[in-house]
Amino acid sequence: MTALIFFIFAGFAVFCAINLVAQTHPIASALSLIGVMGSLAILYLQLGGEFIAAAQVIVYAGAIMVLFVFVIMLLNAGAEGTSLQVSNFAKYLGIFLLAAFLGLISFIIQSMLPKTEGVVFGAFQGGTALGIGRKLFTQYLLPFEVTSVLILIAIVGAIVLARKEI
Amino acid sequence: MHNAVPLSWYLILSAILFGLGVAGFIYRRNIITVFMSIELMLNAVNLSFIAFSYQLKQVDGHIFSFFVMVVAAAEAAVGLAIILTVFKNRETLMIDEINSMKY
Repeated sequence: MTALIFFIFAGFAVFCAINLVAQTHPIASALSLIGVMGSLAILYLQLGGEFIAAAQVIVYAGAIMVLFVFVIMLLNAGAEGTSLQVSNFAKYLGIFLLAAFLGLISFIIQSMLPKTEGVVFGAFQGGTALGIGRKLFTQYLLPFEVTSVLILIAIVGAIVLARKEI
Repeated sequence: MHNAVPLSWYLILSAILFGLGVAGFIYRRNIITVFMSIELMLNAVNLSFIAFSYQLKQVDGHIFSFFVMVVAAAEAAVGLAIILTVFKNRETLMIDEINSMKY
């Protein structure tokens, strides 16, 4: 069952990622990215990351992608023109080389990693909101506080950049 | 477990997604799609963090990917504001035409 769920959602994630790169229209790419994020959330759930899976759906697929779609519609961004002048030969060679590179990377990872037990759903229980919160507010308190300053800077920066005068 | 998935497959999936993100970053000309490729790369790295966190039975990887999400949110807000400003001044989203710092 674990393997079945992994294959379904890993395949869907890879398909959506390829679609993201292949589509010329930004809205289609955004939809593909939402597909990748949703299937990754399922895989996080499988690895015991309940809180991160929820945050992935809420923050990434919800907030960030809405921002993207909003900007795409605000700028009325249409399909990409054919500004990149590549021959068909170079395109197919590039696709082949990318596939070969990814296969090589996969082979290296597979052969370098020591043999481990398979991933079993429920074997790691620490990823709940309780576990994350305990770590976040004790050991990682300073990075957490610095993050709030970063968010404040980002808000101020976004407002300043989006003003009329620039 | 005869049908369990080994951990390395998660890492391979993460590497494939990262590679596709790099390919999109290089190949695409639309600045918004380039930005989305960066988000794809960040997601791929998050998957690696969660997978290692599972293997080591430590929650630290989850904290890391939480921080990556926060930084990605801040980056998206500022980056999209920059895209808006560029579009207001240049009337284009093609990265080939935004080249005044090149010459």
